[in-house]
Amino acid sequence: MKFSEQWIREWVNPGIDTATLAEQLTMAGLEVDSIEPAAPAFNNIIIGQVLSVSKHPEADKLNICQVDVGQTENLSIVCGASNVAAGVKVPTAIVGAILPGNFKIKKAKLRGIESFGMLCSAKEIGLAEAADGLLLLAEDAPVGQDVREYFQLDDQIIEVDFTPNRGDCLSVAGISREIGVLNNQALSPLVIEPVLPTIDDTFPIEVQVPSDCPRYLGRIIRNIDPKAATPIWMQERLRRAGLRSLSPTVDVTNYVLLELGQPMHAFDLAKLDQKIVVRRANKQEKIKLLDDSEITADESVLVIADAQQALAFAGVMGGLNSSVTAKTSDIFLECAFFNPDTIRGKARRFGMQTDSSYRFERGVDYTLQQRAMERATQLILAVAGGQAGPVSEVLSEADLPTRTAVTLRQSRIKRVLGFSLENTVIENYMSHLGMQWQPVDDGWKVTAPAYRYDIAIEADLIEEVGRIYGYNHLPTTMPVANLNFVAEPEAHISARKIRQYLVNRGYQEAITYSFVDPEMQSLLDPEAPVVKLANPISTEMSVMRTTLWSSLLKAAQHNQARQQQRIRLFEIGKRFTQIDGKYQQETVISGLISGDISPTQWGESPRKVDFFDMKADVEGLLALTGDDDAFSFEAAAHSALHPGQSAQIMRDGSKIANIGTLHPDIQRKLDLNTPVILFELSYTGLNHGVVPDCQPISKFPMIKRDLALVVSEEVNVGTLFAVVESMAEERLQHMEIFDIYRGKGIAEGHKSLALSFTLQDDSQTLTDEQVDVIIKKILVSLQDSIGATLRE
Amino acid sequence: MAIDIENLLAEANAGLADAQDLQVLDDVRVKYLGKKGLLTEQLKALKDVAPEQRKAAGQSINQAKQTLQQNIEARKNQLQQALLQQKLSSEKIDVTLPGRGQVSGGLHPVTKTIERIESFFHSQGFVTADGPEIEDDYHNFEALNIPESHPARAMQDTFYITEKYLLRTQTSSVQIRVMEDAEPPFRIISSGRVYRCDFDITHTPMFHQVEGLLVDKDISFADLKGTLLAFMREFFEMDDLQLRFRPSYFPFTEPSAEVDIQCVQCRGDGCRICKNTGWLEVGGCGMVHPQVLKNVGVENEEYTGYAFGMGADRLAMLRYGIKDLRMMFENDLRFLSQFN
Ligand SMILES: [Zn+2]
Repeated sequence: MKFSEQWIREWVNPGIDTATLAEQLTMAGLEVDSIEPAAPAFNNIIIGQVLSVSKHPEADKLNICQVDVGQTENLSIVCGASNVAAGVKVPTAIVGAILPGNFKIKKAKLRGIESFGMLCSAKEIGLAEAADGLLLLAEDAPVGQDVREYFQLDDQIIEVDFTPNRGDCLSVAGISREIGVLNNQALSPLVIEPVLPTIDDTFPIEVQVPSDCPRYLGRIIRNIDPKAATPIWMQERLRRAGLRSLSPTVDVTNYVLLELGQPMHAFDLAKLDQKIVVRRANKQEKIKLLDDSEITADESVLVIADAQQALAFAGVMGGLNSSVTAKTSDIFLECAFFNPDTIRGKARRFGMQTDSSYRFERGVDYTLQQRAMERATQLILAVAGGQAGPVSEVLSEADLPTRTAVTLRQSRIKRVLGFSLENTVIENYMSHLGMQWQPVDDGWKVTAPAYRYDIAIEADLIEEVGRIYGYNHLPTTMPVANLNFVAEPEAHISARKIRQYLVNRGYQEAITYSFVDPEMQSLLDPEAPVVKLANPISTEMSVMRTTLWSSLLKAAQHNQARQQQRIRLFEIGKRFTQIDGKYQQETVISGLISGDISPTQWGESPRKVDFFDMKADVEGLLALTGDDDAFSFEAAAHSALHPGQSAQIMRDGSKIANIGTLHPDIQRKLDLNTPVILFELSYTGLNHGVVPDCQPISKFPMIKRDLALVVSEEVNVGTLFAVVESMAEERLQHMEIFDIYRGKGIAEGHKSLALSFTLQDDSQTLTDEQVDVIIKKILVSLQDSIGATLRE
Repeated sequence: MAIDIENLLAEANAGLADAQDLQVLDDVRVKYLGKKGLLTEQLKALKDVAPEQRKAAGQSINQAKQTLQQNIEARKNQLQQALLQQKLSSEKIDVTLPGRGQVSGGLHPVTKTIERIESFFHSQGFVTADGPEIEDDYHNFEALNIPESHPARAMQDTFYITEKYLLRTQTSSVQIRVMEDAEPPFRIISSGRVYRCDFDITHTPMFHQVEGLLVDKDISFADLKGTLLAFMREFFEMDDLQLRFRPSYFPFTEPSAEVDIQCVQCRGDGCRICKNTGWLEVGGCGMVHPQVLKNVGVENEEYTGYAFGMGADRLAMLRYGIKDLRMMFENDLRFLSQFN
């Protein structure tokens, strides 16, 4: 919200400059967003009166004007504005003037005629964004006066960002009250004398829902001059608050809204049928609003209606059909207190927010209506004339908000803020804040004023004490608490450890958005039940990812498009699906590699990454658990992966991961120019390991035996290993595969596997005979189970 | 005879001097000292020498043999040294060539930041807590004292999934989950992704928050100030960094404050980053609202507590001089690798 500083200083004027005032407000929780001059810099623009206008001999659209600027000689000025006429008073830039934007006015010749200055529009002196012709000033504007002085332009516009709890500050009165408290200074009271009715006319008011509208004031004003002009000072104050001048009545209601914080509305009396009815809308009831929009209301919406139909969206916006127009001479002025709970959220539901709803939602002073009504009446009569009727009030006292007394204890202040203040200091704060208080044991019973909706419990008052005293003056201490060991199970594999491992293996950590493009999502994982956002930022960010691959692949595209060919990325984050209407959000570790295995280097020939490079990285990850035997890799299809290069990782029989090469068809669709290998591993599948259990080392020598076995292509090495492991031969320490051979000497459809076995016994040196027996046993077992034969 | 020996030795020494490799050197040895070597022959011939001269002759031959052996050994050493020198100089490498193999990667700057923050708080006995990102209305709003249609809901543009479920707008929901399941005291640090529908130069629809909560029997606003002051000074490694607390409003804390740090770029003089104010907003904080404690069954007369939330992305940007927020989630390797 924006305020004119001058206006505020009329209410309260502490002896501090603008910057200090702004700092003070900010540090009291009313954050000053900006301070801007009320008008840009310019000088030597004074009020001139056009005495005569004659046509320029050479140009149709130009006039030569004689202008009185209060100096001994009149100025001859060539002007192109269409609204120039003899007698008008306009801002006149004389020779030597500097206009906004450092535009200098010099003596000039326009089509052969000399011109000694310039007549200005509102735009040219920075008072409006756009202008249609010259800025015509009031008839009583003093010729020769500096325009800056006339408009009181040496003012600052202070913009304050209010938190939702401070509805009481949304007016010049409210913000001044706050400044008064901070400076221990009383306000200059705005005296509002009741306007004595000069006519007897009243208009019936029927409040059907007093709980929504505990107080409704109405008043007729007849015979106003719809052509009257809003005085310049009022226009300027509205402008500085960011409001446009529209018509005298609307300007006055806006002015009172700014001044006192009371939203008001004026109806065209001639358009009201029989009575005003405050009621809930009917189902599907349509209201055409001032801004030309139409809402379809329901029973939760409060409306102002007449005998026939709903006219206005109560507390939010007036209706188009009953609004004051340029022809309106009789008005019905409304000043009501609406229950904040009724108004709250309603404007937002229809995608609106108005100055009125903004205030009613946060709570308007429920004792203010009479005063605001008198103030508005007074101003309307002053600006547009007319005769006012008496004020009619419909009040349901029982439905007005109440202010219950809250206990404030000194001991609690000490406890919560960590320090104490003298009783008298706190009492002084309370009084300035408009609180009623009476001393009780250990503190006070405090009752908040009608304009404060944010004081409900003791903590609210403690905040006020801290806030007025100044948070930065409170002590700064370190908390005292009992020491406590933090549990850190050794076998737990933390995300931090996992990250560090992957970083050491050359991966860069990525952080990507959790919502992805549904196209990418269905390309990779078309069967998964996705979670969709109801209100996404854009389609490309509209579904929650069911796999982090969707985001990592996007990052790979981004990098490849920027000549980054060697990519190693990982991310730890959540993937989302739903099962039986329940959301599943599982933390996973996901990785992507593509391009060369190593950075470009000398002495080694470059090689593209393949499945086994990533498998080694993943195996290292699994090894963090110290429980390697629990894991196994099984060939398994995945919609995103190459059908022949895709596996799932099992831990004790349940699936914890997928790993494989990106399906070449998807790779092509994503325009990725090298194969991509991916893995995704459930964090809970990995995060628990075992604490090492140290075994003695055998003192006897190890014996190595190599075997070349021929098996059918169909036989997986994993199966072969599993067969050997199932024999549970204790003396077999290691088994490694060191070559795979196909081709000459090996039958078609077969492969030769070179295996190395390491044998050792805990209690003796194995003899050749013993080793032969073991190897023979292995061979027989492999023959029987997978048809392995010794290579010739 | 004596002259013969002298001559033989001189001849042999000349042979040694001529030997340019170990093979030739060995040939020289065999020629003089081998089974049929010239000096060996001389020894064999002693039996023909007159007995009274035999002793002296034997002595002089043995003497010559010994000398020659020493000379051979010396020459051998010489040749070996030369050979080694030659080998070493042929094996010289350019030590300025780059090393080979895999290089390490690195953490994302936001993770680096969060890990540092968590470490500081772990050292003070805070434990990490985690919560869901798809959150229900109750934990994200209701329990935090933000009822339906509360104006504060408009402050946070929420991504909804259904009417009841949403993407959490703050990590404060974790506070509720931890407190409703356990007994005080609480010392919790929780960090993670949060979401708001806001996307421009200064906002991304997803960002990271770090949330801290301390509930105990004697915790005050002064303690909150002390904790954040000490933390920020550690985080930025600036002993004299100033903080200021501005009254603010969060439905789940009372009193509430915004925390500003003195601009770490200009140290308060005013610059572009702090929009010439000298201050940077880094988070919100306050004393846990008694209603929130009540909602999770914590006795709110006996216990008080503070809570704070900080933007991890913002802290990362300030700490590492990241100027453009958009770079954070593009994952450009040229950006990421700067934090390795
Ligand atoms: Zn700065």
